[in-house]
Amino acid sequence: MLGVQLAELTGAAPDGTEEALDLVAGFDDALAHGLGRLGGERSAALTALAGALDATPLGPAVREAAEKIAAGSVTDEHLAALAGGRTALFGAVHDALLGRLDAALGRTRAGWAEAAIETDAEAPLLGAARSWLQELAITGWRGVDHDLVSASDQAVEALLADPGARRLAVLLDGLAAELRASSPVATMERLPVRRWADLWARALLLCRPGGRSGLVGREEPGGRSGPVGREEQGSVGREEPTQVSGRLLILGVDVHEHATAVQAQVHAVLEPAGGARPRVVRVSVGAAKVDTIVGPAVWRLLDAHPTLLGALAERRGLDVTDMSLPASGDLIWHDDRAALAEPADPFVTARVLLPEAAFPAVPPLERHPVRIAEPVLVEGHRIGDGAVELDGHTLALDLDRLPGLGPLTPAMVTAAEACVGLVRWDGGRWTLQPLAVRGTLKRKPFEAHGGDWAMGPTDPKVVKAEAKAGDAVAVLRERAGRLLRR
Amino acid sequence: MIETAAREQRSAEPVVRPVRPRKLGKVPFVELADGRLQGVVSSGSDLARVYVSSISAATHGFSCSTNNNRPCGGLSGGSPCKHLRALADEAVLQYGLDRVTRYLRVEAGDDDDLMSRLDGTREAAPAAGVFSRFLRHLAYLELPGSTAPIAEMHWFPAVSAEVR
Ligand SMILES: [Zn+2]
Repeated sequence: MLGVQLAELTGAAPDGTEEALDLVAGFDDALAHGLGRLGGERSAALTALAGALDATPLGPAVREAAEKIAAGSVTDEHLAALAGGRTALFGAVHDALLGRLDAALGRTRAGWAEAAIETDAEAPLLGAARSWLQELAITGWRGVDHDLVSASDQAVEALLADPGARRLAVLLDGLAAELRASSPVATMERLPVRRWADLWARALLLCRPGGRSGLVGREEPGGRSGPVGREEQGSVGREEPTQVSGRLLILGVDVHEHATAVQAQVHAVLEPAGGARPRVVRVSVGAAKVDTIVGPAVWRLLDAHPTLLGALAERRGLDVTDMSLPASGDLIWHDDRAALAEPADPFVTARVLLPEAAFPAVPPLERHPVRIAEPVLVEGHRIGDGAVELDGHTLALDLDRLPGLGPLTPAMVTAAEACVGLVRWDGGRWTLQPLAVRGTLKRKPFEAHGGDWAMGPTDPKVVKAEAKAGDAVAVLRERAGRLLRR
Repeated sequence: MIETAAREQRSAEPVVRPVRPRKLGKVPFVELADGRLQGVVSSGSDLARVYVSSISAATHGFSCSTNNNRPCGGLSGGSPCKHLRALADEAVLQYGLDRVTRYLRVEAGDDDDLMSRLDGTREAAPAAGVFSRFLRHLAYLELPGSTAPIAEMHWFPAVSAEVR
């Protein structure tokens, strides 16, 4: 990334985003208070949200919902309309921000072709989740207590048992755990109102018919043999995945986790076999976990993907064969169709391939600023006050996103001479999440990648601490074997 | 540094930090839930037996029994048994003293023994419910993994255990 690019990225917010976020803030305040007893001011916030959507297909439904809810009728349909309206505003903000980023960095990104939304049969499982979300909305975050949180238990348990509902299950479980830890919420000084409204709105949309399919990650049982690497500049993404083969060069790994779920999302460039244009892709592998499995032990839960973890730990490329690649750029991982290749340097991959690579479309339901995670290389910069500086322009470093399962520390990041990271946007500003760093610390050169410990920690101090804590995964798996199957 | 002032406006604001690692052999399950510090403690002598122990936040009353609802012999004297002591110790390791004392609404300094600060007495508690929560907890480890991206996990970044 160049100083001039950073300047363009972090310049004045794109037109309309601040207004949209103000409308969202009004809605979020109403949701914190509870939609069951809106006063005049909060009713006006819902009306304002509806007003912004008047010219869209959602407009009439959102307006009706705002009126009916102000009058005290908080139905499922009305809530879905409001969640849809809030989501549409964030979708527009997402598009404006990602468009800004692509323009600043000179990137070309495919558009999304409208796919026919599959309508799932209405599952009874979703009914329980919806009524809990409705209860939350009526009560408001400030009224949430242990009883209301516990009311989600059965819905979550049933959803977890259905692999097709994993997204919703993982989301609700994460939200419930936060509400449980925060209960009674009335005693909290400051509420994460945008975050919880985000989670609530997304959950409600995932409960709708069609929300579950999510458009990506569906396995093609027969295996399609689509054309490879036909994507051209500005072309429109196809809803049907293509099958791809080629060399996968890892940029870094971004790990997501809450108490009962972990997802490792590997950002990489795919060089398709046959020499087509390189494509930026994401590989996601995930597992269920429990809160007491923390730090490097978390990698053990992903041990069904030894080749992928091996490539992370050994800093190698991967040769992949016939893997499914939807238009979203989410390469669907099959560890048995991958082989370790030569060592690959993410700094070189980022420097050489990112400028010419094609970037994937974002699926409609995923358009939210939180999903923006765009790989960049930063070098030749200075670091001060928790930010990288290029030609006088600054980008804040996210030093919180350096989890204990990898070797990166704030000291390394702030001493880095080169950094491969993800540009993100949250809370009104752009940040850089470091994935791999290289530099000199106490006169010694160092290089650290977030996935270095994927096959186990390499730092003797961490190895010792792990040994002392014992093997949490093994202990709990043994207990599960003894107690769950007798 | 991310300014804390933006907490209300952040989507990926960490609300629950990862717990601290601890050995799980003796006390495989601890939670602050349902108004209690509760958990499951392995029997020292019988691999197939576990004790369900809990301490109420409201009354500081405590209970301990086997998962088959047999009262723990260690409670007969009216003071907390070794299972309850183990539960309290592991809870402090896992959550930190601060979070445990806040949940139990008790004052205790770093040098204090948490159990000695609780003046409750023996009382009945639903052991079966806690035990089934433990089984549910273990059942997570039996769920199949996934290779379909879960976009919603972007709201849950892996973060350091300490606030930075
Ligand atoms: Zn006992």
